Amino acid sequence: MLATSFYQDTAFINALYIVAFTLFIVGLSQVTSPLTAVRGNRIAGYGMVVAIVATLLIEGAGNWVLIAIGLIVGTAIGIPSARQVKMTAMPQMVALFNGVGGGAIALIAWAEYREYAELGVGLGDELAIGIPLVFAAIVGSVSFWGSNIAFAKLQELIGGSPIKVPGGVVLNVLLLLAAIACGVAILAGENEELLFIGILVFSAVLGNLFVLPIGGADMPVVISTLNAFTGLSAAAAGIALDNTALIVAGMIVGASGTILTDQMAKAMNRTIPSVLLGGFGGGGVEAPAGAPTGAEGGTVRSTSAADAAIQLAYARQVVVVPGYGMAVSQAQHAVREMAKALEEKGVEVKFAIHPVAGRMPGHMNVLLAEADVPYDQLKEMDEINGEFGRTDVSLVIGANDVTNPDARSKPDSPIYGMPILNVDESSSVIVLKRSMSSGFAGIDNPLFVNPKTAMLFGDAKGSITEITSELGNL
Amino acid sequence: MDFLTLAASTAERTPIITLLAITVLAGFVGFFVISKVPNTLHTPLMSATNAIHGIVLLGGLIAMFGADDALTKAMLVVAIIFGMINIVGGFLVTDRMLEMFKKKD
Repeated sequence: MLATSFYQDTAFINALYIVAFTLFIVGLSQVTSPLTAVRGNRIAGYGMVVAIVATLLIEGAGNWVLIAIGLIVGTAIGIPSARQVKMTAMPQMVALFNGVGGGAIALIAWAEYREYAELGVGLGDELAIGIPLVFAAIVGSVSFWGSNIAFAKLQELIGGSPIKVPGGVVLNVLLLLAAIACGVAILAGENEELLFIGILVFSAVLGNLFVLPIGGADMPVVISTLNAFTGLSAAAAGIALDNTALIVAGMIVGASGTILTDQMAKAMNRTIPSVLLGGFGGGGVEAPAGAPTGAEGGTVRSTSAADAAIQLAYARQVVVVPGYGMAVSQAQHAVREMAKALEEKGVEVKFAIHPVAGRMPGHMNVLLAEADVPYDQLKEMDEINGEFGRTDVSLVIGANDVTNPDARSKPDSPIYGMPILNVDESSSVIVLKRSMSSGFAGIDNPLFVNPKTAMLFGDAKGSITEITSELGNL
Repeated sequence: MDFLTLAASTAERTPIITLLAITVLAGFVGFFVISKVPNTLHTPLMSATNAIHGIVLLGGLIAMFGADDALTKAMLVVAIIFGMINIVGGFLVTDRMLEMFKKKD
């Protein structure tokens, strides 16, 4: 064997990997507080740089030109897409980044299969390598295609409502079994590349069919699940490649994705299986705004921006309940202006953030922070729910299901048991809404026909701007 | 001995049981680090962990070191591009989100 420099020594490279995943763990633990989060993310980023440099030091490294091309092209695509994405489009972006990660793993597993085959080594001869590679291929491929469908749904390239797939779950199980069968055949010593392609193809179809039937409202749960999948398949690839950095980083992501999935599902009163089996959570059906009659024949009272402004200006405390509708109409800056105008009149303004407001947990906080709403005005559900009784006006902006009192009182409602914001406990409620369409869950909201409630129809941004200018006239 | 045959020889590999031990322990570490994150930071957290699984880039690099065949190389260039997009895009976008949480004076 050739003499190697110390930095090519396996022990030295592994030591650098230890530094790298220490930085990942320290970094992520700092993302737990808003004060240290920026630093934490950067520390994790430094960890990534260390891990990449360590890998490039490995003895026998080659194909430098191709590696350079890959790194440069990836950077050239990554930087502008991260810089230009709108904050409202963040969930799609996460789905996309998750997808490319999964795609990379599937390709790596395939390439490894080919390299071993070239050496005359079958994956069946090395089960410690073969089993994780087959796992990585299946899960990576599912993650890639599933994430792309999630992206397409959130970007509204395809309809957000559930798309029924004939055969449903049975078909998905068969596809998974087919992919596994190809894998088992390879591990049993059948060295046929077509079988490996079979794994990837069956998994790809599975990834598509698995996400297609799931409605837009459940997409965060799906993205989070796929995020965990990608992490686990990275860890599997790490076992196959004997690489501790991949194993540790992959498992951390696998664990976090699982926790996030669980928390999101709980906040929506959904169980993970019921989300993944699909069928509920379609996009709302648009109903005309004219002559609205609401749930159970109750009448809807509509109001004007001028009346709403008066109501708000003479309140002691106003709680703003922002929902995805606010994000869609890009109204967060207008809302901030309105809150400022109210504060100048001595009104106390708070923001009630439901855990699943927006499209992902914490999404709404990001949007409001972008609009310079002070962090201490943002109240989480448990903190604010006790305060609605003391609130004069609740201003619901494009939120629906998270305010639906049926979740508390109507056991046969699909969202029964979901924790909600108790806006109906405040003295009066103003709901800003484009039309009388139902929310993502596709169910009626009795809040809208509550005698305390007044509806202000129209685009959220336009309505808020109008209210702000009316406030100036008071 | 080229790099691949090195990787393929079980004698040079870390014993599988050691790798599995690392896998299990890392899962627990991830669980405890992350379960402390407040709801408000879940979107940035999701984005940060997304960036971290860009670590798959390492797999692409290692596989590329020993690649000979043109199609394998082409697949791995794409894998490296994907991994790099995942890393660069992931960390930058997380940074953008988190910057908004900074206290503004």
